[in-house]
Amino acid sequence: MKRRTILVIAILLASMFLSAKALKVAYVYVGPVGDAGWTYAHDLGRQYVEKVFGDAIKTDFIESVPEGAESESVIRSYAQRGYDLIFATSFGYMDSVINVAKKYPKTIFMHCSGYKTANNVGTYFGRIYEPDFLSGLIAGIMTKSNIIGYVAAYPIPEVVRGINAFALGIEYVNPAAKVHVIWVNSWYDPALEKEAAISLLNIGADVIAQGQDSPAAQQAAQEYGVYSIGYNSDMEKFAPKSYLGAPVWNWGPYYERVIKEVMAGTWKSEQYWGGMADGVVDLDISDLVPNTVKKLVSVFKEAIISETFHPFVGPLYDQEGKLRVPAGDIPSDSELLSMDWFVDNVVGTIPRQ
Amino acid sequence: MKLRIEKRKDLPFYMNILVPVVSIIFSLLVMGIILLIFFQRSGMSWGQAFSETLSAYGEMFSWPFGNVYGIYQTLLKMVPLAFVGLGLSFAYRMKIWNIGGEGQLYMGAFAATWGALFLFNGIENKFLMITLILLMGAAFGALWAAIPAFMKAFAKTDEIVVTLMLNYVAIFWVDYLVYGPWKDPKGYNFPLTAEYPESAKLPTMFNGEVHVGIIMVIVLAVILQYVYSRTSWGFNSAIAGDNQKAAKYAGINIGFYTIVALLVSGAIGGMGGAVQMMGIQHRLQHGFSPGYGYTAIIIAWLAKLNPLAILLVSFLFGGLLVGNEQLQMFYRLPLALIYIFQGLVLFSLMGGEAIFNYRIRFVKERAVEE
Repeated sequence: MKRRTILVIAILLASMFLSAKALKVAYVYVGPVGDAGWTYAHDLGRQYVEKVFGDAIKTDFIESVPEGAESESVIRSYAQRGYDLIFATSFGYMDSVINVAKKYPKTIFMHCSGYKTANNVGTYFGRIYEPDFLSGLIAGIMTKSNIIGYVAAYPIPEVVRGINAFALGIEYVNPAAKVHVIWVNSWYDPALEKEAAISLLNIGADVIAQGQDSPAAQQAAQEYGVYSIGYNSDMEKFAPKSYLGAPVWNWGPYYERVIKEVMAGTWKSEQYWGGMADGVVDLDISDLVPNTVKKLVSVFKEAIISETFHPFVGPLYDQEGKLRVPAGDIPSDSELLSMDWFVDNVVGTIPRQ
Repeated sequence: MKLRIEKRKDLPFYMNILVPVVSIIFSLLVMGIILLIFFQRSGMSWGQAFSETLSAYGEMFSWPFGNVYGIYQTLLKMVPLAFVGLGLSFAYRMKIWNIGGEGQLYMGAFAATWGALFLFNGIENKFLMITLILLMGAAFGALWAAIPAFMKAFAKTDEIVVTLMLNYVAIFWVDYLVYGPWKDPKGYNFPLTAEYPESAKLPTMFNGEVHVGIIMVIVLAVILQYVYSRTSWGFNSAIAGDNQKAAKYAGINIGFYTIVALLVSGAIGGMGGAVQMMGIQHRLQHGFSPGYGYTAIIIAWLAKLNPLAILLVSFLFGGLLVGNEQLQMFYRLPLALIYIFQGLVLFSLMGGEAIFNYRIRFVKERAVEE
């Protein structure tokens, strides 16, 4: 309790001091802020902290910054202009962030979804696989054809993990159903995402899920009159007759915490990976989902939050039938972060060299 | 009465400068109206929006041209533009319209990566490594241009279509490699190749801010300036471009000149790709060029194919790209508005050129018959 009071006083003092000089916070986005998905969710977080802190902070952002070396000049410009805290919100900015951070030791960098840190670089991400699993429960119950489609971005561990969690949720309630995966090889390409969804619909999928930054797959599903599960943020308004729900991000409170730490001078580089217990991820559920199913989902949600249940609890078998996680075991975080195999009810391959 | 469009004669030299300047001012005015509306719609009064627009324009020029770090960024953006622009000028002087700068850039980048990661991997000597990779880039850029060159020289195919189409082939070829066999084994399946070894990264200047590619491109421009103005190649290729019949009478082998012009053009573009890889990217990835090869077409053209002018225009265009980035970062302009702005600039430049250099004359029917 005592530490907290000190912290509060420190924050108050800090914010009084900073009222003269607002903390400058920059956000670097991979897609357009209007993508209705990943970048939109981060921007909601930015708007949230703008409301919370008012004049004590100044935020700026840039959208549609390509991943890779091109992003370095953008991150560099923000650092050079005296921004105190820079959030880089895509995996492909990792090397750029590390390079720029070396030159600006006083600037704090937060990189979303990466694995490289430094004294002034922290990483953050959410355990979106938890709501992915819950959305799998819904999909498994709602399917009639037992063919569930998944439009996926890149075959990287983050995406593979999400698909596996989704498939495990399905297996829990419907062992006969299979998840069919199509790779788009892009985070944001609405036209391609829609095409991928349509080809899944054409093989008889009657629930479409996805891991993309846009709601294009939802729109395809609605045109075909089947259910769909969104991703990143509430996508109901794009396909109200199809949308069952979506694993969603809620970055606001987390961004608030980081900014408070930076203001108070207590920020330390860490690798944050929060789950539904922290509220950084959640499942949005629409009214198309029957109440009984909602109840089932909430039971599992409580169990995951109270850590009495884990989506990846063994036994887990891969597509070749090999036992990957023995009965009762739970994979470690590092195993989850490097996951490169599909569980046995996924149809599709992870391309390799 | 008939309409006739004809070239104005005896335009004073200062028009070469005045026309682009007036055109750019025109595009700034049009964009200013859009910005004014954008800022007003985002909750400002008209007065605030007006001063915000002015301050945005200030930012757009002061950072890329007036701040030392901004100038570094401008120079970095200038390098690939200037390389491809110079390469294109080599073909354009003969009125061979190589639209394949983008593809030649990609093939150069592909060859550089092949060299850096596979063929020459293990060479520790930086100078040797960089020279080898530059040669690889040039060779594959030339190879890519050889296809339209031979087709044009022997089958009289249209080089515009062939070079343009080959751009897509080159881009997809690179995509195939980075999504497939060249994916970094340690890259968690992300579509990137492994990073270049240290020996394949260009040395840097100004405290590590700018790679030496900028020196290479300046040297190249000086060499080309010499070739164009002082050598028989420069003279003959200009004649071949102006008047093929006259060139033939003068004993110039048009087929040979066509092939060499395109090969050198492609080689320079490919070298640009290799420099971009060794200087900035350090690994191959999808879409590493945001259309440098196409912007370079306009650069070469605006510079009237003069190599030193190409350097200057590339610098200005590099600054435009950097300045636009600042507008996004600090004035929250959406990317779409930036594209509109860039389109406006190009549109006005070309429109200005056409309006000032040509005139429309009304000619009486009889006059034509005579």
